[in-house]
Parts: sequence; structure tokens; C-alpha cells
Amino acid sequence: MTNLTELTLAEIRGGVAAGTFKAVEVAESFNAAVADAQAALNAFIVTTPEAALAAAAKVDADRAAGKPLGKMAGVPIGMKDLFATKGVQTTAASKILAGFKPEYESTVSQKLWDAGAGMLGKLNLDQFAMGSSNETSAFGNVISPWRRPGDTAPLAPGGSSGGSSAAIAARLCPAATGTDTGGSIRQPAAFTGISGIKPTYGRCSRWGVVAFASSLDQAGPMARTVTDCAIMLEAMAGFDPKDATSLDMPVPDWSAALSADLRGKKVGIPREYRLDGLSADVAKSWDDGIAWLKDAGAEVVDVSLPHSKYALPTYYIIAPAEASSNLARYDGVRYGLRDLPDGANLQDMYAATRAAGFGPEVKRRILIGTYVLSAGFYDAYYTQAQKVRTLIARDFEEAFKQCDVILAPTAPSAAFALGEKSADPLEMYLNDVFSVPASLAGLPAMSVPAGVDAQGLPLGLQIIGRPFDEQGVLNAGLAIEQRAAFSAKPEKWW
Amino acid sequence: MSVDTATVAKIASLARIKVSEAEVQAMVPELNGILAWVEQLGEVNVAGVEPMTAVIPNTLRLRADVVNADPLTGGDIRDAVLANAPVAEHGFFGVPKVIE
Amino acid sequence: MSNYRIQGATGEWEVVIGLEVHAQVTSNAKLFSGSATAFGAEPNSQVSLVDAAMPGMLPVPNMECIRQAVRTGIAINAQINKWSRFDRKNYFYADLPQGYQISQLYHPLVGEGSLTIEADEKAGIPEPKTIGIERIHVEQDAGKLMHDQHPTMSYVDLNRSGVALMEIVSRPDMASPAEAGAYLSKLRTILRYVGSCDGNMDQGSMRADVNVSVRRAGEALGTRTETKNVNSVRFVMAAIEHEANRQVDVLEAGGTIVQETRLFDPDTGSTRSMRSKEDAHDYRYFPDPDLLPLELTDAFVEECRASLPELPDAKRARYVDGLGLSAYNAAVLTAEVETARWFEALLSATAAAQSKGEADVAKQASNWLTSEFFGALNKAGKDLASSPISPEGAAELLALVGNGTISGSIAKAVLEKMLETGEGANAIVEREGLKQNSDTGAIEAVIADVLAKNTDKVEQYKGGKEALFGFFVGQTMKAMQGKANPGIVNELLKKALA
Repeated sequence: MTNLTELTLAEIRGGVAAGTFKAVEVAESFNAAVADAQAALNAFIVTTPEAALAAAAKVDADRAAGKPLGKMAGVPIGMKDLFATKGVQTTAASKILAGFKPEYESTVSQKLWDAGAGMLGKLNLDQFAMGSSNETSAFGNVISPWRRPGDTAPLAPGGSSGGSSAAIAARLCPAATGTDTGGSIRQPAAFTGISGIKPTYGRCSRWGVVAFASSLDQAGPMARTVTDCAIMLEAMAGFDPKDATSLDMPVPDWSAALSADLRGKKVGIPREYRLDGLSADVAKSWDDGIAWLKDAGAEVVDVSLPHSKYALPTYYIIAPAEASSNLARYDGVRYGLRDLPDGANLQDMYAATRAAGFGPEVKRRILIGTYVLSAGFYDAYYTQAQKVRTLIARDFEEAFKQCDVILAPTAPSAAFALGEKSADPLEMYLNDVFSVPASLAGLPAMSVPAGVDAQGLPLGLQIIGRPFDEQGVLNAGLAIEQRAAFSAKPEKWW
Repeated sequence: MSVDTATVAKIASLARIKVSEAEVQAMVPELNGILAWVEQLGEVNVAGVEPMTAVIPNTLRLRADVVNADPLTGGDIRDAVLANAPVAEHGFFGVPKVIE
Repeated sequence: MSNYRIQGATGEWEVVIGLEVHAQVTSNAKLFSGSATAFGAEPNSQVSLVDAAMPGMLPVPNMECIRQAVRTGIAINAQINKWSRFDRKNYFYADLPQGYQISQLYHPLVGEGSLTIEADEKAGIPEPKTIGIERIHVEQDAGKLMHDQHPTMSYVDLNRSGVALMEIVSRPDMASPAEAGAYLSKLRTILRYVGSCDGNMDQGSMRADVNVSVRRAGEALGTRTETKNVNSVRFVMAAIEHEANRQVDVLEAGGTIVQETRLFDPDTGSTRSMRSKEDAHDYRYFPDPDLLPLELTDAFVEECRASLPELPDAKRARYVDGLGLSAYNAAVLTAEVETARWFEALLSATAAAQSKGEADVAKQASNWLTSEFFGALNKAGKDLASSPISPEGAAELLALVGNGTISGSIAKAVLEKMLETGEGANAIVEREGLKQNSDTGAIEAVIADVLAKNTDKVEQYKGGKEALFGFFVGQTMKAMQGKANPGIVNELLKKALA
């Protein structure tokens, strides 16, 4: 019998539809894998095996009854614990939401359930999606299934969607939701040898997703193949009247239109991304990517994104500013943690609750955000950052006059060890250097595995597209996927 | 611009996060490091540049004035609203007594 | 120029007043969610997940609230900003679930406008005065705290949380409590005409933050205080009176005014500093990233303009110029939109009943309405809204007077009956036989009888005491139970006494 946990999303869907195996069997296999890995990898905050089984049983029953099956029928997935799930604890990996059971379901998760997916559990993440290594979760670090050869030192699965990336790489689920504010889908995908796409801002509804930075947050799928990402994105995307920033556009059939034939397409290589000190491994994989896309028929052109070096500082003003306001609702009044010291008044209660509930990185960002918005500093920091953001978006507009997609590394290095960068927040922030610009411009961008570094750890390549051109991004991703023929997988040590 | 302990304490108070003296001390260099780094934005010439207001060209849609058109954004759900409250009594949220 | 001054121990002080009026926008649903706005519902029953600021909830603006604010802006001749934006005002309070209020600081929906208050000599407003309105922006209302239900806790009700408000910010153009009161009344009238706010101050649909400062004549503006949430015209005037005098006392005692938020206590008529809002706020306003800029089309603004009814100033002018009403009647009839509507219905029914033009019956209708009908309603403890008499019913009564069927004094009695029983005027007159007697023979007989019984007075009259004429009219009318046609009585009496 096939090892069901080795199958891709498309294979599972196909097998269930064809009757090769039952959806319940698939759910059972993944439930077992999840349970088996939980102690070692800590990828989930909550597991929901019964939910996975119930969804699978419904798909099996529907199939038996001859009813049409949804896009995700029979596919059990992991749900990043930033999506509100009705009746299932939703925490954003923060103590301040410990025990919070929403009375509502996020639009994106509801769409996935409606499409026939089942929930294996709520995936761990950086607290409030703030982090690049999954070390800021109140529920413990996620441990990457990858290890350096001959070394048991735990590696970072990337962040903030570190639970998602680790779980997929470890075959605990074939696919998972992620969210990306400055690279939180792409960087963990790159670190764990999987694929993930952040669609155009507005494609996926933000309704019911715990907000980090509203103008940047965007949900997307993470999976092992480009095709799987395309299928799952079709199920997640779509107009939502409950989100004022949602795009009122039809959802294309991306998976059906996938094509690795890039003849007639131009691929831009941004010269500013050739950073001094870019690791040789990363530089080589980028060169490989260029060669592969040429091989797929694309023409490669140099492009310039002159304000690239300002993207990170811009991001680290705008994101904390929005976060400082978005996280004001966690005050111990209506849900979540309340810390009420003896004799405390209302304002004392707020301060105590928030001190006890938020982790250090969240506090750091709230304080930065509060500071940059405060009287006398607003224009110098926030307004200036929003102006530079305009320039960064304009850089992309200019570049896309000369090319159809942009190819760049996803992250400046392969996965680092846990604890390696957590002492210095700035060093951690620099990890997002290649992923943040597309976030600031709201552009679709994906990471696909491109090979491994000298230590055998995965490296990702990033494709950035024009607004709404997820298809172009996915097609280029497919061309790389086919040529990279990435087959490395973490050896099971847990 | 850089922050001192008094400023950090003031920001923490504005953000309603209780911080100890030691935490303030530790945060000063951290925040200053980050602020010094983001201040490189000051060197960008932004003359005539509008601050970004919408990252993807899109217009603000307005909702029709209909009560409870969508149960997910409508009322009459008191139990759901109070379900996760640390303190709820007689249909209200309870907070430490406020003197106005 | 207002001549209102505070007489301090060291001399005269002028008062400078600006009002920020929060008017609840008339809408079915809240500004950013689909929960209802009705007054007086069970606690937390009109609260959506959005209003309770559950994690991941998002605002989507209600078009009707935007429309009403634009209509209001047009009604005060203000600039409508076709590009506006919502900003977040960040602060922590138990009535503010999001931890921020969605408001408009940098780019309000409505810009500069104005309204004019009428002259009112008695109130010290010698001539009409135009009060500038700086802006109108749209924002969320907060919830409500109840402090007296539990010994150690305050209770939070979020029913009001997220209800749409217009904040209408005046220029500091008012110089006396009377001007502020007149401004607030006029604003309320306009809002009710437009239909953008019901103006029910006792239900909190309209409340004012009162900014007051004092200065010596000709000097620079003093430091102002802001007295929050004053909820009636009378209280606004009392708060200004008290606050201005308090400030003068402080200054004359060598003190300084602290820029602060104060609270008005209606029981004592005084203001006091608000402890809970003492700390100087740094609201960290920034554009709400959950919302895009609000862009209005020309067609939308035009629809708003076209949907506006005739506004009070225009209506009053038309009543005077077109209908020939007195300035006083025109002012009374246009002060409330319901009154004007009632009057116009009465006018149209009266003209129809008497087959005359509206202008020909306008004086009759307006005089009757303002003197007879309001008085009678008042006596019966009723108002127009609860009146058992419709404009058509009133027109029936006026027609009976107009065509001489009954006299004015009989009409008064008929009106009382109508109010009492709800019966129609014709039916009452018919049943009670109140029709005026115009039978000259009958009247002549009564006159002859009256004169015969009062020969002494006839002598005196003929001797030059002409004031006695009224006595003969009265006796004749009395003898005919008031039903004689007074015109004919006059005419025949003159003849008989000639």
C-alpha cells in the first residue's frame, strides 16, 4: 500500500476521487504522523484529529452518494493558528489569547472546509506572526525536521509560518495555510524545501485572520509542489464583502492554466539584490534559476529596483505601527487573558494583562510602533515610510515595464540554528531583506525549492509578479520546479 | 532621534504594557538600535511623493444599510459576544470599577 | 456683536465658545457593521463580532451613513471632499473595544461650511450671525459603562459601540451662552430637516462638547477647557455660563486655566475636571489600514444634493415673501420640520376646501395654527405629533369659519370638542346646531328686544357714548347663544341705532 503521507495534495485529491483510497484512510495516516511528531517538532498548538476524520468521512459519503466533490476533497491540511476556527482554540501563538475559542470561522478556512479539506490541527507560528524563526511563540519553538549532517542542533523552520513549513516538510500534512506580512510564507518555505505563494494583496480575505499589519497581511497556501499551491489558492481566494480591502475579481483556474513554457516571457533580475556578502550557495542557486528559466524559453533581463535597500527599514516602521494599533484590542475585557492585580484599576489591568500576555518580540514591536506614531514623530517616521513605500512600489512598476516576473533569492541564507539570531532583533529582521519589498508593494510572490546548500539544507528561489498575475508567478515556479527536480527530504529522526 | 529610559517608560505607558525598571533599561539600547537603523529612510528624497494609501489600486466599497444582512457581521448574538469574556454578568462585560 | 460680558472684580471679560456636536447618524445599521442602532435594546444585544473587536474582524463602511453626512454637509453649504479617509484614534478605555476609534482627522468627509442664527433681541442677539463650521467628519460611537450596578465593577454595554456619529465642529465664533444655544438649536433643526439625525438629545442622539475660554476685550484667545457630552441646549448654556465664570474667578485670583476635559453636572449646574481622562492623550492618529480612501463620485454627491428637502432658511423666506406670513409666524412654523410639514398640509387642504390659492388662505391658516391650535393642543397636553386632528380635519374647521358658517368664537369651542372627541368639525357643528344665524329678520327681532330693554343705554349712546355699541353687540349675541353672524349683527345694530 502507498504511504499516503508521501502523496501530494493533487495526488490525494485524485486518489480519493478515483476511489484508490478513502479520504478517511488519508486522514488517519496524517493524524498518526502528526501525533508521532508532535513531541519532537512542536509544529501544532492544537491537534484536531476528529475534525480531520469528520471532514474525510463526509467526503467519502459524498463520493459514495455520487455528489460532486470540492477542490480540496479529502485533503487534510494544517491551519496556521492565526486563522479563527469556530470552537477551536485560536491563539496567534500568544498567551494573551490562550483558551480563546472563536464563535466564528475565518473566511479562508471556511472556504477550505467548504472545498472538502479537513483540519488536522492549528499550526504553531511566531507570536502574532512576528518573527522569522518561530522562536517567539508562547507555545514553544517549532523544530525544523531538517538537520545539518551529523549535527542534532535544532534548526529554525523559518517564520512566521514555521509550524506550517515544518509540518509539510515532515509529511505531517500535504498542505497548510500560511500568512505573509513580510515573507512569512516564502521564507519558511525556502527554509524547509517546500513551496508557498503569497498572492496579490486582497486576493484572500483577511476576515477572521488575527491581524498583524493590515496593509501587508495576506494569506496563502504552502505545499510541496507548485501545482498543489495553485489548487489550494483557488480554494482560498475570492472576493469577500466583509473585507473592505478584498479584491472584487474572479478567481482564475490557475492550476488548469499552469504551463512551464516561458517562451515570450521576460524574467527580470534585480541588480540591487546582489548584496555584498551574499552567500556563495545562494548566489549559485540564483544563477541556476536564471539558467532554468532561460531553458524554459524565457528571456532574462537586468532590472533595477533602486529603493530596495530602504524596504526593510520602511517595513519596520509600517508593520509595527499598524501592529501597535491592531493589538490594542487585547486588553483583557472581552476575551483572552486578564491579569487583575489586587486593587488594580482599569488602566492597571490593561498594563498588567498586556505585560503578562505578550511576548518580548511583540512588546518590542508594539513599543516601536507606538513610538513612531506618537506626537512629534509621526511625519518623520510613518509618513516618510509611506512615501518611501510609494517609491518602492513605483520601482516595481518600472521594472515590470521591462519584464513579466522577477527572479530573486527568497532568503539570504539557508535555515539557521535556533538561538543563532534571536539575541539581536536587527540581525533577525535582515532575514526578510528579499521578501519584504514584494510585501510592501502588495505583489504576488512565491518561493520554490531550488536545491540545497553545501550542508544539504534547502534553498528557495523567489518569483515576484505583477499585481493579479499569480498565473505568471506560478508558471515560472513550475518551470523552476521541473528543472530543479528537488527531491531532498528531511530524514525522519523524530 | 533616540530614546531614553523616561521615553521608553512613557511609550510603554501609552501602549499599556507594564514594564519594570530593568526591562526599560534593557529596551533602551534595543530600541535605539532599531530606530537608528530605520532612520536611514531620512536620506531618501521624497519631494513630491504621496504617502501610499492603497497598495493595490482598489476603491473602498460601501455596505448597504441593512441590519443583520450577514449573520457574521450582524447583532443579536449576545451569547457569542460574551462567550469568551473573562467576566460577564447580567449580559454585560465586567471591568474594575471606573471613576469618571 | 454680542454684548455678553462677564463682570469680574477687575473688569469685563469676553467669552469665546466653540461647539463640537456629536450627532448620531440616522441609519438602520452601524457605521462599520450590520448590527442595529435602535435605542434602548437589551445590553450587548446589538453587538456584532465586529463591534466587539473580536480578533480578525474588519470594518466595512455603511453607505447610508456616508450619504447622510454628505447631505448634512450640503445643507450647511459646506465643501464636500470627494476624497476622504478614515483614521484611527488610539486610546484605551473599556467602552472602546478596538483600542482605537475609527474617525477622520486628516481628511474629513465635509470641509468648511456655516449656518446662520437668527436675531433675538431678548437673548442679546441683535442681528443674525453666521457661525463658521470647520468640518464634519464621520466616526464610531463608543459603548457605555454603567458604574452603579456592582460594588467593585463597572459594566460594559457595547450596543452603541460602532454607531455612526457625525462630529460637527464649529469655529470659535460664539460669544454668549445664548448664541451657543441658538447655534445648537439651529443645527438641530437643520439635521432634522435633512433627516440625518433625529436630534433626540435626551436619548443621546445629539450631544455637544463645549469649548470655552475667556479673555479681556481685544486680547488674544485664552486657554480653553472642553466640557464633554452636554446633552441639552439648556445644559450647554448653563455649562458655558458656569465655566466662563469659573475661569474668570480663577484668572482674577491670579491662577491659570488648565487645558482639560471637564464634565457638566446637571444637578448642580456646574462643571468639574474629569479624573479618568486626566492624562494628556497622545492619540497616535494614522490612516486605518483596514480601509481604503473613501472616494465619492459626482453622481453620488448630486444624488445627495437632489434628495435634500427645502431647508429652514429657504422655507422661512418663502413663508414671508411668498405667503405673506409675519416674520414671527414664519419663524415659529419653520423651527421644527414636523411643524412646517403640518402647516404645509393644512395650507394645501385649506386652499382646496375653500377653492382658493394657498397664498390667500396662508394668513388664516398660520394665525389659527400659531395662536389657536398650539394653545389648544398645549391645554390638552398634546403636541402636533399626538394631535387627534389631522391637517385635513383642521382645514374643514377653517372652511366653516371662512364661509361664515360659524364664528371665530364658535370655532374655538368646536376645536375643543374636536380635540376631546376626535370628531370632525362639520359633524360637531351640525349635531350641536352651532351654525351661524344670518337670518336678518330673526336678528332684527332680537335687536329690537335688546334695545327695548335698555332704553337708558340707547339714550346714552345717542347722546354720544358710542363705546356702548359693543354692549349692544354682546347682548344681541348672548341672546342668540353666540350663533348670530357678527357682521350682520353689526350692520343691523347700526341701522337700528341710527
